[in-house]
Amino acid sequence: MPDFNVRSDSVNVEQIMEQIRARIREKRGADYTEQQIQELAAVKLEKFLDPRGVRSDLLDQFRKAQPPYRPPELPNYAFEDVTLFESHRAPLRLMRKILKPILKLFFNPNPLIQALNIQSRLNTLYAEREAKGEAARHAYDQLHYEVMHNLVLETTRLGIEVKNLKMRVESLTSRLEFNERRARALEGVVVYKPSSEDRVEPAPPAREPRPEQPPAPNRDAMRPPPPPQGGQPAQEGPGQRSRRRRRRRGRRGGGPVAAMMGGPQGAPSDLPSETSHGDTPALAESGQENEQLDEPVNEVASRSSELSHSEAPDFEPQPVDDLDGDSDPGDHEP
Amino acid sequence: MKLAFVVQRYGHAINGGAELHARYIAERLARHAEIEVLTTCAVDYVTWNNELPEGVEQVNDLPVRRFRVKHERDPIAFGRLSERVFNQAHSIGDELDWIDAEGPTSPGLIDYIASHANDYDFFIFFSYRYYHAFHGVRAVAPRAILVPTAERDSTIGLSMFKSIFRSVRGLMYNSPEERAMIQTITGNQDVPGVVVGVGSEVPANPQPSRFRQKFDIRGPFAVYVGRIDANKGCKELFDFFNAYLKDAAGRLTLVLIGNSLLEIPNHSRIRHLGFLDDADKFDAIAGSELLIMPSYFESLSMVALEAWALGKPVLANAKCDVLKGQCIRSNAGLYYDNEAEFVESLRAIEHNKWVAGSLGKNGRHYYRDYYDWPVIEKKYLDMIDRLSKSAPLRAIDPAPGWFERQKVECPAGAQVVAAVPAGPVITSEAYVPRPQTPISPPLPDRRVVERPRPFQGRDRRHQGRRHGHRPHSGGLR
Repeated sequence: MPDFNVRSDSVNVEQIMEQIRARIREKRGADYTEQQIQELAAVKLEKFLDPRGVRSDLLDQFRKAQPPYRPPELPNYAFEDVTLFESHRAPLRLMRKILKPILKLFFNPNPLIQALNIQSRLNTLYAEREAKGEAARHAYDQLHYEVMHNLVLETTRLGIEVKNLKMRVESLTSRLEFNERRARALEGVVVYKPSSEDRVEPAPPAREPRPEQPPAPNRDAMRPPPPPQGGQPAQEGPGQRSRRRRRRRGRRGGGPVAAMMGGPQGAPSDLPSETSHGDTPALAESGQENEQLDEPVNEVASRSSELSHSEAPDFEPQPVDDLDGDSDPGDHEP
Repeated sequence: MKLAFVVQRYGHAINGGAELHARYIAERLARHAEIEVLTTCAVDYVTWNNELPEGVEQVNDLPVRRFRVKHERDPIAFGRLSERVFNQAHSIGDELDWIDAEGPTSPGLIDYIASHANDYDFFIFFSYRYYHAFHGVRAVAPRAILVPTAERDSTIGLSMFKSIFRSVRGLMYNSPEERAMIQTITGNQDVPGVVVGVGSEVPANPQPSRFRQKFDIRGPFAVYVGRIDANKGCKELFDFFNAYLKDAAGRLTLVLIGNSLLEIPNHSRIRHLGFLDDADKFDAIAGSELLIMPSYFESLSMVALEAWALGKPVLANAKCDVLKGQCIRSNAGLYYDNEAEFVESLRAIEHNKWVAGSLGKNGRHYYRDYYDWPVIEKKYLDMIDRLSKSAPLRAIDPAPGWFERQKVECPAGAQVVAAVPAGPVITSEAYVPRPQTPISPPLPDRRVVERPRPFQGRDRRHQGRRHGHRPHSGGLR
């Protein structure tokens, strides 16, 4: 955990809390409160989601469409033995009561009353059951919509997170590319100098390319003119530098260094003298040079890998000459 | 000078916040004035059942006069009335019924206060929300000093308390947030008031190793002290701490001290020790990495002050304005609003030792400057002295008549409180320099009877420097 940027003598709680919140924001990518997520889900959902199938205001829509649930008022199914003879008028009720035995002379109303009483109970039972079922369905509907709403919220949250992750991936990709470019640049500025023996040895005349070897058109096209014959390599010119770069490119291109630097296979004929010999001593020399050159190459490679781990703003490319002088031990030779 | 401390419960075994507050203050002020405690026979703050004998007894050499509670609390009636006054428009009669239902309904105590008003110079009432404070202040308003211990809940929004807050002689607030809230609701800015709080009997030499050995606690731990209840934010604390436990780098164990009303998660790094005595409690705090205060509502967290006195940082719930304000003003604690902040703050304190050390150091200074006993005593004595020299501002409003009580014109308490601006008070309370000389009694006609000192064993005058306190040249300290 990184330290806070406050000192113990002047510790400030609000400052610490700000740093803690900044760290949380950094971890999250973006710091959204629950309320902000709700707002995003309700208003700006289409920015983060495909709006084809989801609605951001599901719950509100449902509540608007559905009036608040009220249990239905059950009809009065009550049917008792006195129901047939009930009346709010007392004299009529009395008359019916008096005449009830006479009615029973014509037919027996008791089975009818009993059947209707049973039916009324069944009606009440079914109505209650229906009401309970209705209430349960209503509750389930609420639950389903709540779940749907929560899903929408979670989807929104995930959408935001995916967006943040995409941004981070892009950022990391750009940083990786930058580091690769920097590594290439560092490798490209490495300069190899010929050994002292090669310097005093007069350069052989330029030879025609070997017929069995296909010419490298790109290299040849970019190849600088050969160094002055018999001249001492006392001073390093731009041509030399580009030659070294070319040599480095050749090494990077693949194949053993000895072969690239003048071995029997694949060495261009117009390379400088130290690499143009096809015989064994030349191979030995080139092998020596390879040993000498591997060291600075490794140094630069390790240095570039170290640099690639550092932060991009901290990187300040050094001048090419400085890097040449620092990285090539041959420069320090007398 | 004779002072009466009026509090709902009083005694050794009573550890409620306001009751302990009253006892500490009474015992401290006993050095400067003649003190008598007026209270009830109740021990349980839910039922108010009369468990202690009526009459006068001595508690730590202070006379305590107890009065019987007329009736116990009926939880059903109290709940119904609470629902009405907190959440609906209601009448002042409903509020009076509510406070009668809440209790401790002790007409004997109120009668005694009214009939013996002239025997005391001042009555110091604790906890505005109870029957004894409401009716007691009404009985002796010109001599009443109120220690409200108010929290940001619906009770403070009840209309009947406005006249109380506007008519007392003085107010001893616990925090600037409490003062701001009460002044906003009741409009009593002209009533003399001062933010005081309370000190604590912090031991000079806590022994964390003894605590670790006794309870087999190994490794670093965070401690919570208090009732383990969802209302105290413990449910949220468990959820957040579970999130912290997912961090492989975190090594803290959560140690819970207090009676539990909540199911405690079964995890090897969450330890519940139950209710402990003061010695174990202070040892635990001294041995901890930090104290966690998850409560949403606090008038003044004494445990947080004790942690600061012992040089420990506090991690508080930012939803509690008082705790957040104290953390900011003291620079001695962090606060969290959500799970991520809780986890990160805990990590910050755990992994940055110098942050924890600096917060603890600030906490010691904060406690020493604002909540150490000489400062507290001086504030009380200054207030009493000031009130002795001035006349009452206004008389208390007369009691509402029958017709007045029936008018449904009081807004719901919750609605009133919701309209009050929230948030911590960042500006610090007025600094009262620590007295360098012995504190003198406020009035020359002091009739203090020489008596053995109640806390002689813990008196710093005999113990030298207390943990976290500067050496001094003598005097009261």
